Amino acid sequence: MKTPPVTRRLRLAALTLLLAGCHAPMSVFTGAGPAGRALSQLTWVLVAASAVIFVLVTLFMLAAIARRNRGGTDPDLTVHDNRIPIVAGAIIPGVVLLALFMTSVLIERRIPGDASTPAESFTVIGHQWWWGVERDDSASGRRAMWANELHVPVGEPVDLTLLSDDVIHSFWIPQVHGKIDLIPGDTNHIRFVADRPGVYRGQCAEYCGMQHANMAFTLVVESPVAYRAWLSVQRADAKPPTDTLAALGRAQVVNGPCATCHTIRGTTAQGEIGPDLTHVGSRVTLAAGTLPNDLATMEAWVTNAPSLKPGVKMPAMPQFTGLQLRAIAAYLEGLR
Amino acid sequence: MPPVQSFSVSAAPTLTSSATDILAREPSGSRRLHDAWETPHNWLPRLCTVDHKALGIRYIVTACVFLVLGGIEAGVMRLQLARPENRLLSPEQYNQLFTMHGTTMMFLFIQPVLSGFSFYLTPLLIGARELAFPRLNSFSYFGFLLAGVFMYTSFAIGQAPDAGWFNYTPLSSQPYSTGLNIDFYTIGLLFLSIATTVGAVNLIVTILRMRAPGMSIDKMPLVLWSSLTTSFATLFAMPALTVGLLLLELERQWHFVFFAPVGGGSPFLWQHLFWVFGHPWVYIVFLPATGMLSMVIPSFCRRPMIGHHLVALATVATGLAGFGVWVHHMFATGIPQVSVNFFSAGSMIVSIPSAVQIFAWLATMWYGRVVLKTPMLFAIAFIVQFILGGISGVMTAVVPFDWQAHDTYFVVAHIHYVLAGGSLFAVFAAAYYWFPKMTGRMLSERIGRWSFWIMFAGFNLGFFPMHIAGLLGMPRRVYTYLPSLGLDTVNMLSTVGAFVFMSGTLLTLWNIMKSRKHGALAGLNPWNANTLEWAATSPPEPYNFARIPVIQGRDPLWDGLVTAGPPLDEGRQTSRTTPLDAHWETAVTLPDQNAWTLVLSLALFAACFGALLRNWWVMALCLLLVVVSLVRWMWPVHPRVLETQV
Amino acid sequence: MTAATFPDTVRPPSNDADEPKKSFGWWAMACTCATEASLFAYLITANFYLDLRSPAWPPPGISRPALLKPLIMTLLLLSSSAVLVWGERGIKRGQPRQLIAGLLGTLALAAGFLALFATEYRDKLHQFRPSGSAYASIFYTTTSLHCLHVLVGMLLLTYTLVRTLRGHFTETARTGVAVTTLYWHFVGVIWLTVLTTFYLAPHFT
Ligand code: HEA
Ligand code: HEA
Ligand code: CUA
Ligand SMILES: [Cu+2]
Repeated sequence: MKTPPVTRRLRLAALTLLLAGCHAPMSVFTGAGPAGRALSQLTWVLVAASAVIFVLVTLFMLAAIARRNRGGTDPDLTVHDNRIPIVAGAIIPGVVLLALFMTSVLIERRIPGDASTPAESFTVIGHQWWWGVERDDSASGRRAMWANELHVPVGEPVDLTLLSDDVIHSFWIPQVHGKIDLIPGDTNHIRFVADRPGVYRGQCAEYCGMQHANMAFTLVVESPVAYRAWLSVQRADAKPPTDTLAALGRAQVVNGPCATCHTIRGTTAQGEIGPDLTHVGSRVTLAAGTLPNDLATMEAWVTNAPSLKPGVKMPAMPQFTGLQLRAIAAYLEGLR
Repeated sequence: MPPVQSFSVSAAPTLTSSATDILAREPSGSRRLHDAWETPHNWLPRLCTVDHKALGIRYIVTACVFLVLGGIEAGVMRLQLARPENRLLSPEQYNQLFTMHGTTMMFLFIQPVLSGFSFYLTPLLIGARELAFPRLNSFSYFGFLLAGVFMYTSFAIGQAPDAGWFNYTPLSSQPYSTGLNIDFYTIGLLFLSIATTVGAVNLIVTILRMRAPGMSIDKMPLVLWSSLTTSFATLFAMPALTVGLLLLELERQWHFVFFAPVGGGSPFLWQHLFWVFGHPWVYIVFLPATGMLSMVIPSFCRRPMIGHHLVALATVATGLAGFGVWVHHMFATGIPQVSVNFFSAGSMIVSIPSAVQIFAWLATMWYGRVVLKTPMLFAIAFIVQFILGGISGVMTAVVPFDWQAHDTYFVVAHIHYVLAGGSLFAVFAAAYYWFPKMTGRMLSERIGRWSFWIMFAGFNLGFFPMHIAGLLGMPRRVYTYLPSLGLDTVNMLSTVGAFVFMSGTLLTLWNIMKSRKHGALAGLNPWNANTLEWAATSPPEPYNFARIPVIQGRDPLWDGLVTAGPPLDEGRQTSRTTPLDAHWETAVTLPDQNAWTLVLSLALFAACFGALLRNWWVMALCLLLVVVSLVRWMWPVHPRVLETQV
Repeated sequence: MTAATFPDTVRPPSNDADEPKKSFGWWAMACTCATEASLFAYLITANFYLDLRSPAWPPPGISRPALLKPLIMTLLLLSSSAVLVWGERGIKRGQPRQLIAGLLGTLALAAGFLALFATEYRDKLHQFRPSGSAYASIFYTTTSLHCLHVLVGMLLLTYTLVRTLRGHFTETARTGVAVTTLYWHFVGVIWLTVLTTFYLAPHFT
């Protein structure tokens, strides 16, 4: 064995980290809250411990190989002691593992945060292949719904209740919390605090069918003021269109096929199959983190969604063209 | 052990060559045993042969065909993932490919190839002439082959399974999966589970009742401890999958309620059933690999294994503990903390027996003298890669870390370091080690070394970056990823490495093709190894041993504690001994080939299609055929003779 | 004969070589029973798992199972095992007639069991269909799977009967009988667990 495998692999590791580590928006090494940071520390600890163990054991093996190959002495057939397997194989690993287990339990304790304090609470509902977000208002008793995006106040605790409408999905925003599955017939909860303002990417982590790859989520961490402004917007009904183009679009949407699947609060469109579009114009992305949210994309999406996101439940609507199409896009993008 | 003292690398086995000759061949002129055991040369007896050597090799070759299929699937997947937003594959195609890749590798390659080695080696290792149930062996081969063929016909109609190898419900159930895709998976695996289970029974009875007189359980070669443990594990783990598949098929075809929340079912039920099977299964496809390593390493350290008893104990312990850790696949489902921590601790404890095994090998290398022939190179790479894969397993056993690593490429890296870097490398070590015994010719060392270094480099170049991809947040089972995620480099490296790895394996393929005909002659014991199979000719005579060996030591060909027992040459006879001390009990007569094993498996094959297309007439007909062929197969020839017809 | 050529160190103290419990066949059947037993263990665990996750078991609308018929069925199955043991004792003393009688008796009782089982199903299917609820699904699946094992057992018994009539079995060569008997006892034991799970347990909760 010319180059020892250890150094070979470590060199490779360092290299890849350098190349890839730079801009990785979903890296588990960048916590943006107590839980996220605890997890990234844990990851570093584990990586380091593993590297040490791996190097030590491999070095021991290389020594064992080199030992007699050099001198050419004969194998020692008298020895039959079990000290190596018992000490190095059972006792030492036993101690190491106990330590690992303790760390794990301690960190686990720190994750949920204390559920007693009040928190901003939302319900996230998994669908093939998008996220419904719901806000219940105990005060007004009204429900506000939107999709694929959540804004949270920096430094304040947030509670999520997670449900699924069809198959199993998994909600994952590495910077603020580990994965948690959304399982039909079952309810899960997480609480997290995000203390670094910014826009974070979440992604469905449980294989859920054709577009599992394109089931992303946007988390915006912003000042409490900005957050409350955003929330009141999301709660409000859709504003009636101001210009004629949008008005035309609105007619198309509300009386057309769109209304059978989508709800636009404040209009007669009350479909429940697809995402709530009341404030679709205000979102960062279209199609669950797949596409940018602008007029052109909106037009393309409305005419032929399946070509942009194969398998999506929304049918192609070639009947919309020219003016109609521009009107629809204008209206939807205007829903802010 | 005095005789061994004098033993050195160059020395011939202390067992006098005359003694080995008596064991290896009938006295010249006599053909009694040869005629009793040889398979007739016509096509039908050939096809339905019960010769464990022919069937073992058939098993290995067929499994490797599936390895190539699974490898091609992987290769295409890697091409799709080489660049972000690549359009080589549609999502449907990708999902079918990764599902069939996992299913193929887990069920149609790695397990069958390992039992192929067991079926070939076990009788030779224990000084017997056959497996306890020769016809059952031919049936399990046909069952395995046809189950695989059945699953692969799904590609022909473009409806291959597409819900992942663990096939979570409700995605795999109505109404989310309406095609035949999942039915191919369910029915195919149900068929396969029959073949696998009877294979396990066959090995258990063989190992416990047919060891050469005097080979008490503590003198049994370590690889047999692996076969025994995994066979028992199969008996108790397989039914969990069978039940799961049965319930799923009932839910899919007749709308029974098991996994759908409406009506009182639960998706958790499938997860528990699958992983109660699934985790033992990963040890079932792993322990035989460590067993084979425990055969290779002493031979190339020129000394007996250190900690033989410890390794045997560790093997059994791993098999048992494997039943107590399944929930570590469900840490992110939100099940209660207490149970999660319990299974986390369990998962860490199972790594202690593995560590014991590893350090027993390292100690053997330390006190022995390592000879770096190709089999040993693969063995060493196995150890290195398994240490890494094992440790990444322990990392994911740490619950909070798993909340991040779960369902990312970190897990993909783990499974390939243990399965490809582990079991697959062990299979290559075994191939280089036993090829001379199977064919009588050596594999080329030169090509072997090239193949090894290319595979070693390619494997680590391809799979190490997956750890990083996972920690950088790349989920598994995605057919594409965005360029903005910083995953481009790692994925390109993985793709390049994968293809380097594949070309390395192709070199060995070529080596086998070439050496089968033109390799150097091997002779009885080319590696100067210690166990009984090396006392037979290469390839072994149809009857394996001309005399039943009688054993008194653990390394018969080194300590020379083996003598030639009786010939037992009245028909297809071999010896039956007591389970623990291997005391001689009696001679048993074993059956020869019988075409009904083939009919039976064909009937079941047809029944699979009947079930798939819900054609109950076909089903009924096949059932009838099954009963008939079973009777014709089992019907005894010499009822009064103490024998098995199975 | 051949045994003589072995050194005493590897000879067993006694050599009752043709004791059926030492045959490969018997060991294989024992393994088969082990794996089949775990199959039912998993089914029954699945039943209790679903039970625990649901408010009422059996769900509203399905009455607790009546016990009389299943208990009679139990009696039939257990007595059939006893009859089989008696028959086997016959061949041990080299009397195939007694074995034949025993096998026929066992088959008759088994047939009775199946007949009652059929009527039981008729009544149940009037009450609830398999696809109605998780309870119904697991109930029908497990019970019918056991019924399937009874059928297989009866096929084995018939096969053994034919072989007995052909005079295959003597007091020394009777492995086939022992193997069949083992399987039949196993089927009986499984029925006891099925009975406890689906008929008795609901009355204790
Ligand atoms: C050959 C098969 C094989 C083997 C041997 C193992 C071995 C182990 N596996 Fe692995 N595992 C799989 C195959 C295997 N696994 C597969 C296929 C999956 C994925 C299924 C899927 O989702 O598709 C999986 C997934 C998997 C998970 C779930 C990850 C997830 O989905 O989130 C976990 C979590 O605990 C785990 C743990 C372990 C552990 C603790 C071991 C231990 O047995 C490892 C023990 C070995 C060592 C630890 C190395 C040797 C020891 C030393 C060198 C001593 C020093 C070490 C220490 C002190 C730590 N495995
Ligand atoms: C024994 C088990 C085993 C083995 C050996 C392998 C071998 C390989 N695996 Fe596999 N893999 C699994 C078991 C295994 N895998 C499992 C269980 C999963 C999970 C599936 C799931 O999520 O459901 C998985 C998933 C999996 C994924 C993740 C898919 C996803 O999550 O989206 C990937 C991606 O790169 C991958 C790649 C590879 C590669 C490149 C190899 C290479 O090592 C293959 C090398 C090939 C050979 C050694 C054979 C020789 C091949 C040829 C001679 C043909 C040459 C063909 C071409 C050049 C096209 N595997
Ligand atoms: Cu939703 Cu994956
Ligand atoms: Cu596991």
